[in-house]
Amino acid sequence: MRPVIYVLSFIAVLGLGFWAYREHYDTRQALRDVSRLNSEIAGLREALALQRAEWAYLNRPDRLRELASLNFERLGLMPLEPSQFGDAANLSYPAVDEFFGDINNSVMVNGQLNPEEEPL
Amino acid sequence: MTRTPLRPLARILKARAQGENPDVIERENLRLRHEQMRDAARSRAEVRLLILGFSFFLAFSAIGVRMGVLSATEAAEPRSFASGAEILAQRADITDRNGRVLATNMLTHALYAHPKDMVDPARVAKELAAIFPEMKADDLTRRFTDGRSFIWLRKVLSPEQMQQVHEIGDPGLLFGPREMRLYPNGTLAAHILGGSSFGVEGVHSAEVIGTAGIERAMDARLRDPALSATPLELSVDLTVQAAVEEILGAGVTMLNAKGGAAIIMDVKTGEILSLASLPSFDPNNRPNPVLPKDAEPGDSPLFNRAVQGVYELGSTFKIFATAQAMELGLVGPDTLVDANAPMQWGKHRIREFQNKNYGPLATVTDVIVKSSNVGTARLALQIGGLRQQEFLKSLGFFDPTPIELTEAPGAKPLLPARWPDIVTITTSYGHGMSASPLHLAAAYATIANGGITVKPTLLKQSGPQAGVRVMREEVADASVEMLRQVVTRGTASLAEVPGYEVAGKTGTADKPRRTGGYYKDKVINTFASVFPASDPRYVVLVTLDEPVETSGTEPRRTAGWTAVPVAAEITRRIAPLLGIRPVVEAPPADRLTAVRN
Repeated sequence: MRPVIYVLSFIAVLGLGFWAYREHYDTRQALRDVSRLNSEIAGLREALALQRAEWAYLNRPDRLRELASLNFERLGLMPLEPSQFGDAANLSYPAVDEFFGDINNSVMVNGQLNPEEEPL
Repeated sequence: MTRTPLRPLARILKARAQGENPDVIERENLRLRHEQMRDAARSRAEVRLLILGFSFFLAFSAIGVRMGVLSATEAAEPRSFASGAEILAQRADITDRNGRVLATNMLTHALYAHPKDMVDPARVAKELAAIFPEMKADDLTRRFTDGRSFIWLRKVLSPEQMQQVHEIGDPGLLFGPREMRLYPNGTLAAHILGGSSFGVEGVHSAEVIGTAGIERAMDARLRDPALSATPLELSVDLTVQAAVEEILGAGVTMLNAKGGAAIIMDVKTGEILSLASLPSFDPNNRPNPVLPKDAEPGDSPLFNRAVQGVYELGSTFKIFATAQAMELGLVGPDTLVDANAPMQWGKHRIREFQNKNYGPLATVTDVIVKSSNVGTARLALQIGGLRQQEFLKSLGFFDPTPIELTEAPGAKPLLPARWPDIVTITTSYGHGMSASPLHLAAAYATIANGGITVKPTLLKQSGPQAGVRVMREEVADASVEMLRQVVTRGTASLAEVPGYEVAGKTGTADKPRRTGGYYKDKVINTFASVFPASDPRYVVLVTLDEPVETSGTEPRRTAGWTAVPVAAEITRRIAPLLGIRPVVEAPPADRLTAVRN
């Protein structure tokens, strides 16, 4: 009985050693992946921050104002004016038809004519 | 193991035959057996001790080796979890109220040198001088060869400059990463943002510290690592700020003013939507001007006129005298007061503008509408100096403004040392005591807010402020109505913006000479206004330093001709931006239809 236990435990030690060896290398690989991803994320974040800064720089009011005045002929952009505010009451709605009232959409009717009746 | 019997029969029989005691043999054998057992136990114990000692040795040496390794190796960052954004940016961004970036960080590089690693210092010095105009080849050669081992060359490099330095190709030139503060909008809102510079510098990083403005006032918040991923939201609206700076700049140029300031403030929340001061500067490249000895502090572009500039603000103060008189129940808007000019008080003579006379009697409303010095002086005398001081103090005129700028606590209003009656009189029309335009804006916001104090702030607020009531709501409403009449039929007729019911008060104050007395032809013009008068939302305040309007036959220096049109243009531009729709005021009723038939 005892030799069997010895052999089994020896095999178990070998197996565990192999498993630990594999795990160790997997962990190291995972850590390498994480640090690569982290540096990639950091690079992307940096690029994002730079692009945000560039977006803010390209959209600075001074530049937009200059561009608007340079392209005035094509775009006709002017500063917002008080007169550009409208009131819903000032909108001209389509006139109501005298005959149909406010029914202005066509209506489809389905049905069957009674063949015995005289057609109108 | 073969056991030897204790009483071996052969020896026993032999002993008996010889007449010896056989028990001796047994004892002898027992002794031998015990010795054997003792030896075995000892050797087993020795082995156990050895194993135990060996395991202790292993355990302690493992701990020792681990400690040695820990102390001998450089610390590595934990790599097993994902890092957050906070590790990248060491200083939080600043945005406007709509999230548009006002200040952010950019990664650049600093340049330093290890002269001892240099191959050819003279060539390096020559090439560096060709790239950077501020460096001199001789100077650099001397520094590279005088035996030091480390030199900082430049704090920040552009990518192009870095490439050029790479192309020199000398191993003695090295780069260190730097986070640089960037203000993408250039000079816009420069006085709010202030600026920043490097604090402690190392090869691998450098700390960025705020040097002025909100960058310095909120330095702790901006550098807090826990908050570095959340931007600091200001109350400023970038679009409004741009419009205000454009119009103020045009006004300063057209009116030949030395400078100007404008403030837009929300009367309910106290949020500053725009705070502009001209001349301005670029916070990306904060200048360090050397001013001549006799220059005023205001001549520096770094000077924030809206916050730091304490001026005598002139007639804009009159509304406080009338409001207090109404609050105390001394007068109502239609009460007649003595406005007979000139008024003699001791050896002082109080005159009106251009020696006019709005008296002998005028209503309180007319005192404001026509800006009568004598009328306000009489009201102030009725109020009395102590109560006047108390009221001005409750409006915040005796303390620095609480705004989040590092310059604010230093801008303390200039108050007269004593408060005799003549000071009561002059203070009532804005002379004798000096305060910053921001003080005035906050006080007008208090009137426009129905008499509840509002503290100006640069940080975005979520709701109205809970201030202290300093006057009754009827008094505040009546004061706004008086200010409205200043625009409809008084000194600020040019302030009218159709649809926005502007209400405001002009102020023209002579500039005090350093040597005492006042300049004849140098004025500070102020226009403080609120709009829309029926439900005040915003305070618009414009101050111009030494403006002069020259379209007429003689130069005009009153606020009605200078600050007022600028403020009107600002209101016209920003009101739609703030989403306020114009009110269509009912036209005056036709006389014919008003009559019943």
